[in-house]
This record gives sequence, C-alpha cells and structure tokens, in this order.
Amino acid sequence: MTKAEAILVIGAGEAGARAAMALRENGFEGQVTLLGEEAHRPYERPPLSKAALTDEAEPEAAFILTPDRLDEHGIRHLGGRAATAIDRAAHAVELADGGWLRYDRLLIATGARARKLAVPGAGPENVLYLRTLEEARALRSRLAPGAHIAIIGGGFIGLELAAAARARGAEVMLIELAPRLLARAVPAAIADVIATRHAAAGVRLLTGIGIERIEAEGERHAIRLSTGERIPCDGILAGIGAVAETGLAERAGLAIDNGVAVDARLATSDPDIFAAGDCCSFPHPLYDGRRLRLEAWRNAQDQGNAAAKSMLGGSGAYDAVPWFWSDQYDLTLQIAGLPDEGHETVTRDLGDGARLDFHLATDGRLVAASAVGPNGRIARDVRLAEMLIARRATPDKAALADGSVKLKGLLAG
Amino acid sequence: MTITATTWIEACDADDIDAEDVIRFDHAGHTYAIYRSPDDEYFATDGLCTHERIHLADGLVMDHIIECPKHNGRFDYRTGQAKGAPVCLALKTYPVKLDGGKVLLGLA
Ligand SMILES: Cc1cc2nc3c(=O)[nH]c(=O)nc-3n(C[C@H](O)[C@H](O)[C@H](O)COP(=O)(O)OP(=O)(O)OC[C@H]3O[C@@H](n4cnc5c(N)ncnc54)[C@H](O)[C@@H]3O)c2cc1C
Ligand code: FES
Repeated sequence: MTKAEAILVIGAGEAGARAAMALRENGFEGQVTLLGEEAHRPYERPPLSKAALTDEAEPEAAFILTPDRLDEHGIRHLGGRAATAIDRAAHAVELADGGWLRYDRLLIATGARARKLAVPGAGPENVLYLRTLEEARALRSRLAPGAHIAIIGGGFIGLELAAAARARGAEVMLIELAPRLLARAVPAAIADVIATRHAAAGVRLLTGIGIERIEAEGERHAIRLSTGERIPCDGILAGIGAVAETGLAERAGLAIDNGVAVDARLATSDPDIFAAGDCCSFPHPLYDGRRLRLEAWRNAQDQGNAAAKSMLGGSGAYDAVPWFWSDQYDLTLQIAGLPDEGHETVTRDLGDGARLDFHLATDGRLVAASAVGPNGRIARDVRLAEMLIARRATPDKAALADGSVKLKGLLAG
Repeated sequence: MTITATTWIEACDADDIDAEDVIRFDHAGHTYAIYRSPDDEYFATDGLCTHERIHLADGLVMDHIIECPKHNGRFDYRTGQAKGAPVCLALKTYPVKLDGGKVLLGLA
C-alpha cells in the first residue's frame, strides 16, 4: 500500500461527510474530495420524517457542514455529480459527466435507497418514498388537513410518517404485512406501546394485511388489500425498508454480502477501498463477529470516523454498540445493542409510562436495551445500558429491574 | 467602555445536585443547566443543546462532559466547548459561586 495522497469519498451523506472531516481531525494533509450525487451539501436525514414534515415553515436542509467549515478543512465537495464506475487497477473513479477522479484510498459511503413497492399498479405517479430532501418536500405537500393518506409499512419510517401526517391533520391509515408493528426491530411489549399511541392519535392500523394492487380512482388512488377491501386515498406513502446502494462496488468486483462487505477495519476485499454507513455490512466483535448492516444515523457517523482512521493506516476494529432512535408524537424510542441476541428480558419502569427492557443472553450478559417514553425519561438509562453492553457486563437482574438502583452505580461495579 | 455588573441569582442548594450530575434551572424565561463535577466543583451553561434545543439536564454527565440526551452530542461543561458531531457550536457558560450552601448563578 502506498502512502495516501488523495482520498476520495463517494457519497456526501452522513458517513461520507464525517469521514472527510475525520481525515483532517486525524492529521491527514493530502487531498480530500467528497463526491455526492445530490446537489446539496451533506445534510441530516432524520429530520426529513420529523420536523421537516411537521414544522409550519417549508423545510430547509439541516446541513451537516457550512461552506466555511468545508473550506477551513480543505475539503473539496463536488455536489450533483455521481460516480458510475471504479477502475481499481487505475485507482480512478469515473463520473456520470465523463470526468475521472484519481484516488490512493477510496471510501464508498453511498448509503441506501428506499425499497420500491412491487405490486401491480404501483409507480412513481402514485406511491411516494422518503430518502431525500426533495422527497420530503413532495410528501409534505400531500399532508393537507383532511387528506386521506395511506401509509404502507409499519417500520420506523412508516410510523414517523403516520405521526407527522396526523400532526398535519391528515386522516391516516397504516398497513403492515407482518402481524405486528416493528416486528424485526423491537420486542412486542414496546411495539404495543407504540401501537397504542398511534391508535390514540387516530391512526387506523391494519396489521397482517398485504396489498394486492394499486388502482386509479379519478384523480385519486385506491389500494386493493389482500382482504379484498378497496381503500380510496389522496396519497400513498411507502416505508418498506431500504436497499444498500452497492451497484458501484458490485460492478468493480468487490465482495458483497447484504451490502458492501467489509472487515473489522471497514476495508473491502480491495485493501485500498473502504466502506461505511448504510451501504456496508461488517462483522461485529461484540456479537461473535455476526455480520450486520445497520441503517442508523450514529452508526454512519461512527463508521465515518473509523473508516478515516483505517484509511490512514489504523488497525482498530469497529466495535461501537449499535444505537438507534425514533421520535413519534411525544414518544421517543431508543435501542442500544441487538435485541434479537437476547433470550430473557428484564423490565425497568422509568415512570411517566416510560419503560426500559434489558435483553440478556443465556449466559446473563447484557446484549441490548430498548426503551420507549418521553426522551428525557429514557435517554440517560439507555446510554448507561449502552456502556454496560460495551463492557459485556452481566448485571444483577434484580438491580436492573429496580428503578431505585442507579445504573451508573452498576457501571462502576 | 461599558461595565456590566454581574447579578447573582440563587439557583439551588449545593446538595440538590449529586456529584457528577446536572439539574435544570429556569429563570426569567431562560433555561440553564447547573453541574456538579466529580470533584465537587459547580458549573453552569445554557440549558439547551446547540443541535436541536433539547434540555441537557436530561443528559448524562461523565467526568467533565455533558452528553445530550437526544443524539449524544457532547460538550465540556466547564468551557462549553463542543466535543464533536453532531454538535459543533459551543454552549454559553455562566459563572457560578457557592454561598452558604447555595449555588449562585452569575448573570450579566
Ligand atoms: C427519512 C429518514 C429518517 C431517518 N431517521 C432516523 C432516525 O430517527 N434515527 C436513526 O438512527 N437513523 C435515522 N435514519 C437513518 C440515517 O439517516 C442513515 O442511517 C444515514 O443517513 C446513513 O448515512 P450514509 O452516509 O450511510 O448514507 P446517506 O446519508 O444515504 O448518504 C449517501 C449519499 O451517497 C450518495 N450517493 C449514492 N450513490 C452515489 C454515487 N454513485 N455517486 C455519488 N454519490 C452517491 C447519495 O445521493 C447520498 O447523498 C433516517 C433515514 C431517513 C431516510
Ligand atoms: S439535540 Fe443535542 S445532539 Fe442533537
């Protein structure tokens, strides 16, 4: 491996922007180029399904970096330019406009794209998705008071959309194929709290129901359900998962495994090419090297930081505890670790209807914590649980369940 | 040259805050966070995170760092300095002194 003089980052999102900054923070003095298909400077996506839809004012992007900060750090941001191919032998990347950029080290931080609904009749003219600022603006324009909105998918995006649509006075129906909400993400007890909150807000929740087709109904649309019911509506929003953006890596012959496959240092099968964020899958040391692909904001940042260090020759393994949050109405949900690694759950009542579930493996090790409630009630304890998870702690179950025992004390012990 | 006198406002009892912890203090339409460090020094900053205006007093104090409860942005509460993404703007800090077991907050 030659000394890196030019580092190119493909994808100017959360992971790419953080990596570019972290290269400087770690003393790299060569050329840093941040290439992005979107015209904008890097911006945060989480507000797109939250404040951007509910705020009175038309949303502006929540930019991650000001032009001044980019300048100060000597980061060249090329916006509105997509990479189309990686020539590994030549260490160069081809752009859609025909240009080429050379690299010594390359970071693929291309994120993910919304999975498209594959039923007859579904198309861009009737089903909206949410990944970009433009899509948030388009979607927002549908959320008029009294409009009938059908949301497909009871995952985090679908649920945040439902909450936002209700906040704007739309009539909302949410359709989920699985028997319950958030089936893959959180335990049933937590999903129940969320379902109850949505029902109280007036969302009609249909679980265990599929979609047969989308039909036109004059200016409006109609959804034909697997039950035969036909639901006319003014707008259809789908949040049915995301697909890792791996096309470039695949065409370049890099190993793919539910995302661009990287090792513990976030290096791909080519030692000069790294990947970070939603687009990559990586082995997690805390969970026996289980290969994960996370779609989570903090992971994108942490991997951006980690990839920068690795590109500069670092040998550290990425081992941050997975962490995710979602806001719906006055509720926040936070998850640290991997709940599905747990075999036993211990619950702590945090007051004000807030609950924290600790997930323990068969050997008593704390492997995850999931909580729901007002943010101020749950955040501290989830953070402390996260530290316990990182230490592979095997805390006393009675102490975990007892709200009067401070988790900070368990950390010291 | 203008000289602004500091007004000292009684915020709480010194014992109201555990060591290595924080409480919220509201005064005249403004919200503050008051900290007690592990070595029993007291500090004060603006009460809201510079990222999304969330109450920092619900966050976790570790050593001299306050971590925002929303997205874990970190600040050194002694100086207000932002310690990394997603926060980049510093917190405003305020002088604090102890008097007869009370914590006083100095406002200009
Ligand atoms: C609506 C929404 C709400 C969310 N809410 C939360 C939340 O509440 N909590 C949470 O933890 N996470 C949330 N997330 C997830 C979080 O935003 C993502 O995990 C994070 O953005 C991933 O960062 P990334 O850099 O990997 O990808 P992205 O942020 O998607 O950035 C990838 C960038 O690469 C660009 N790109 C792709 N291909 C190319 C190419 N060939 N050439 C050039 N550029 C390219 C894309 O245009 C994009 O700008 C949310 C995501 C969305 C969409
Ligand atoms: S609101 Fe404090 S870090 Fe985001």
